[in-house]
Amino acid sequence: MNAAGFPILSLITWLPLVGGLIIMSVRGDEATVASNARWTALWTSLIVLVLSIVLWVKFDTGEAGFQFVEEIPWLPEYGVGYKMGVDGISVLFVLLSTLLTPICVLSSWECITRSVREYMLTFLILETMMVGMFCALDFVVFYVFFEGVLLPMFLIIGVWGGARRVYSAFKFFLFTFTGSVLMLLALLAMWFQAGTTDIAVLLKTPMPVGMQNWLFLAFLASFAVKVPMWPVHTWLPDAHVEAPTAGSVILAGVLLKMGAYGFLRFSVPMLPQASAYFAPLIFTLSVVAVIYTSLVALAQEDMKKLIAYSSVAHMGVVTIGIFTFNVQGIQGALFQMLSHGIVSGALFLVVGVLYDRMHTHEIARFNGLADRMPLYATIFMIFTLASMGLPGTSGFVGEFLVIVGAIQVNFWLALLGAAGMILGAAYMLYLYRRVIFGRLTKEDLRAILDLSPREVAMFVPLILITLWMGINPTSFSGFWDASVAAMVQQHSAALTPAVKVAGALH
Amino acid sequence: MNWAIALPEIALSIVAMAILIFGVVRRDDTFLLSSMFAVGGFLLAALLVLTSARGVGYHGQFVADAFSSFAKLLVLAGAALALILSLDYNQKNGIARFEYPVLMLLSVTGMMVMVSAANLMTLYLGLELQSLALYVLAAFARDNLRSSEAGLKYFVLGALASGLLLYGISLVYGFSGTMDFAALAKTLARPESASPGLIVGIVFILVGLAFKISAVPFHMWTPDVYEGAPTPVTVFFSTAPKVAAFALLLRTMTMPFGHLLIAWQQLIVLVSLASMILGAFAAIGQSNIKRLMAYSSIGHMGYALIGLAVGTPEGVRGVLVYLIVYVFMSAGTFACIIAMQRRGRALEQITDLNGLARTDPGLALALAVFMFAMAGVPPLSGFFGKLYVFLAAVQAGMWTLAVIGVLTSVVGAFYYLRIVKVMYFDAPEAPFDPRPASLSFVAAATALFTTFFFVFPAPFVGAAQAAAKVLFG
Repeated sequence: MNAAGFPILSLITWLPLVGGLIIMSVRGDEATVASNARWTALWTSLIVLVLSIVLWVKFDTGEAGFQFVEEIPWLPEYGVGYKMGVDGISVLFVLLSTLLTPICVLSSWECITRSVREYMLTFLILETMMVGMFCALDFVVFYVFFEGVLLPMFLIIGVWGGARRVYSAFKFFLFTFTGSVLMLLALLAMWFQAGTTDIAVLLKTPMPVGMQNWLFLAFLASFAVKVPMWPVHTWLPDAHVEAPTAGSVILAGVLLKMGAYGFLRFSVPMLPQASAYFAPLIFTLSVVAVIYTSLVALAQEDMKKLIAYSSVAHMGVVTIGIFTFNVQGIQGALFQMLSHGIVSGALFLVVGVLYDRMHTHEIARFNGLADRMPLYATIFMIFTLASMGLPGTSGFVGEFLVIVGAIQVNFWLALLGAAGMILGAAYMLYLYRRVIFGRLTKEDLRAILDLSPREVAMFVPLILITLWMGINPTSFSGFWDASVAAMVQQHSAALTPAVKVAGALH
Repeated sequence: MNWAIALPEIALSIVAMAILIFGVVRRDDTFLLSSMFAVGGFLLAALLVLTSARGVGYHGQFVADAFSSFAKLLVLAGAALALILSLDYNQKNGIARFEYPVLMLLSVTGMMVMVSAANLMTLYLGLELQSLALYVLAAFARDNLRSSEAGLKYFVLGALASGLLLYGISLVYGFSGTMDFAALAKTLARPESASPGLIVGIVFILVGLAFKISAVPFHMWTPDVYEGAPTPVTVFFSTAPKVAAFALLLRTMTMPFGHLLIAWQQLIVLVSLASMILGAFAAIGQSNIKRLMAYSSIGHMGYALIGLAVGTPEGVRGVLVYLIVYVFMSAGTFACIIAMQRRGRALEQITDLNGLARTDPGLALALAVFMFAMAGVPPLSGFFGKLYVFLAAVQAGMWTLAVIGVLTSVVGAFYYLRIVKVMYFDAPEAPFDPRPASLSFVAAATALFTTFFFVFPAPFVGAAQAAAKVLFG
C-alpha cells in the first residue's frame, strides 16, 4: 500500500516537532542554547528534506490518485480519521516546504540574535503545520493544519518583526482567521452532507447544486485571503515588510500557495458547477490584481513591499490558470505556484542580504551595488529575470501555459493576464537598476561586503532549481500530468449533464 | 428505597461536616489540612460517581444517569482545580480559614444535586444550596471592600433570580399539576396542554437559570463579581457552577419541556446571539484581566448555548464537549492570573503581563496556549468545543447562529491575541514572584490537556454522546 514501506508522510510531518523537543530540552547559557538551537533546527530540517526527497523518488508519476496513504481512526463514529497522502498536485509542495525551511534556518543564522531558541522552535512548528496541510487527506485534519499555520506565523511576525510588527501581525491573523472560520462552516456543511470528512470520498461525492454556490463563497472567503486576491490582499504587504526575512520567505514561498492549493483541492473538483459559475468573478478579480498590483509595485519605495505586490500579481496569474479548467491552465498554475515559491522566496532572501548589512529595505538607500557586490548582483539578476518570466527560467513556463490556457477561454482574459508579464518586467528591472546599477555614491555602502559562503549556500539550490525548471520543465510537470488530467476530465464530466439539462429547457 | 444512588452527595456532605467539626475543635491553623481533606472528598466523590448505582430514587426526585455522572465529574474536576489554586493565594492574602473548603464542599454538593434533579423541587433545593455557599465565598475576603461588594451584589441579584425561578416553578406547577420531570414530559406531549401560563412559567425558569450561567441579558453581575471576588473564588465561579447550571438547564429544557422546543427555542437563540456578541465586543475595552475573563465567559456561554438552541442530541453533545474544554481552559487561565504577583501583591491589569515571555517563558507559554484555545484556533482544545456546537447548528440548518458565532469568534480572537501580544511583543517589566508548586501544577496540567486534547478526543466525545443520549431517551 505504501510505496516507501514506512509512514513517510507522518514522519516528514512530525519530525520537526521532535527537533523542537530537542531544542526545548537543552539547558545552559544563552550562547550554547542559541547555537544548539540553530544546529538542531538545521539538521532536523535537512533530515526532513532528505526524507521528502525519498518521497519524490518513490512517487509514482503514472498514478492519478493518492499515494503513500496512511490512515488512523481518530473520531471513527463521525467519519473523521487521521488520513495522510499525496497526489501529483500536493507532492511538490511538500518538497517546496521542506526545501525552504532549511534555507530559512540558514538565512536566520546570524541576523536573529534574540530568543534564538524560541525562533527556531517556531519555525519547526511552522514546518510541521505546512507539510501536514499539504499531506492531509481528511478535511478536519486539513483545517487543523491550515489554521495551525497562523500561530507560528503570528509569533514570527510579532516577536521578531520590524517597527510596525504588532499592527501587521494582528492584521495578518485577523484577515486569515475571518476567512478560515467561514470555510469552517462550509466544512461542517459538507461533513453533514457526505457523512465523512475523507477528502478522497468527498471528491467523489456530488454536492447539491443549490448548496454549491454557498460552499464556494465560503471557501473563497478563506482562500482568497490566503492567495491573496484583490481586494483582500492588503495584509500581505504589511506582513511582508514587518516579518523577518525568513518569515517573508515562508509567507511568499509556501503560505500563499495554501490558498491556491485549496482552490485546486476543494473548490474546483468538489464544487464543479459553482466553480464554473463563479469563474468570471475570479477572472475579474485576478485581472484587476495582476494589473493594479503591478502598477502599485512600480511606485513602491520599499523593496520588500515591491516584491510583496509582485507576489499578488503573480498569484493572480495562478488563479486565472486554475479557473480556466483546462489542462494547460491548471498545469501552468501549478508551475507558476512552484516557480513563484522558489523565486519570490529567493528575492526576499536577496533583500534580506541587504537588510542584514544596512538594516533597511528602502530602495533609495542603495545604488551601484554591482561595484562592491558582483556575486550578489549576479544572483539578484537571475531571480529578477526569473520573476519577469524570461524563457529559460522557471517563471516563463508557468505564465506561458496559463496564457495558453486562458486564450482558450477568452482572448481578453489572456491579453490582460499577459499584461502582468510586461508590467512585471518594468517594475523588476526598475528595481534592479536603482539598486544595482549606477554610481556608488552613498558613503556607508563603500565598505559593504559581498556574499558570505553561508549565503551562497542558501542561494545555490534555489538557482539550480530555477534554471532546471526553466530548461527541463517536464521533470516537474510530469508529477502532476496524471492528476491534472483526471481533474480536468472529472470537471468537464460533472458539467456535461448540466449543459444537457439546460439544452433541454430551451 | 434506592438511597445509594445519592452516595456521592451523601459522602460530600459528611466530609463537609467532618471538616467543620475538625476546624472548630482544632482552632489553630487548619486551612491547609482541611483543604487537603476537601480535595480528598472530591476525589472520593468522583470515585463514587463512577462506581455507584444508577437509576431513579427518592420517589422520583433524584436521578443518577450517564448525563448526571458526566456533569458531576466535570463539576468535581473544576472544584478540585479551584481549591488547589486557592491553597497558596488564601494564605498570602489572609483568608486561609477552614470555612473556605467547607463552603466549597457544600456548594459542590448543591451542584451535584442540581444535575441529578428529576423534579423542580429538587432543582430548587440544589440551586439554593450552591448559591448560598457561593454568596459567602464571593465575600470571603471580608475585610476587602471590593470582595464584600461583590458578595452583596451577587446575593441581591442572585436572590432576585432565585425568586424568578421559584415563581416560574410555581406557575408550571399551577398550570400542569406536577413538578416531576417525567410526569411533565408526559403531560406536555399533548400540545393542547401547553397553556400560556405554563409557557410563562418556563420563561421564568429559563431566566433564573440564564442568570446562573451569566448569559446576556442576565449577565450584569458577572464582571463585578469576577473582579471583586478573591481570584481563587473567581476560578471556582467560572468553572463548577457554570457546568452545573448548564447541565441543569440542558436537562430541564430537553426532558420535561422538550416537547415545547418551538416555544423556547427562539428565546435561547436570542440569548445565545446576545451573549456571543456582547462577550466579544464588551471585552475589547477591558484593561483588567479578571473583567476581561468575565466577558469572555459570557461569550463562551453564548457558544455553548448554540447547542441547546439546536435542541438535538448532537447539540447537547456539542455543549458537553464545550463544557469539558471550557473548564480546563478557564481553570488554567486563572492559574496564570493568580501567578501574577509582585512582592506579594496580586496584580490584575493586562499591562502587568508586559514582556512575560522574557521574564517567565513557561507561564507565558501556558497563558498563550489558553488564549489561543479560547480564541478557537486549532489544534488546541477550544477549537473542538466550537467545532461540535457549530456542527450541530449546521446540521439543524441554523445558519444565523453559526455565522454570527464564527464571526464573533474572530472579534474574540482580537482580545485574546492582545494578551499574547503584551506577553510576547512588548518590553518586559519586573518579574513576578516565584510561583508555588500548586499553581505550576494546575497550569501545566490544564495546558497539556488543552494542547493535546486533539490527540485523543474520541473518549471525551464518546462520553458526551452517551450523556446526551440519556436526555433524549
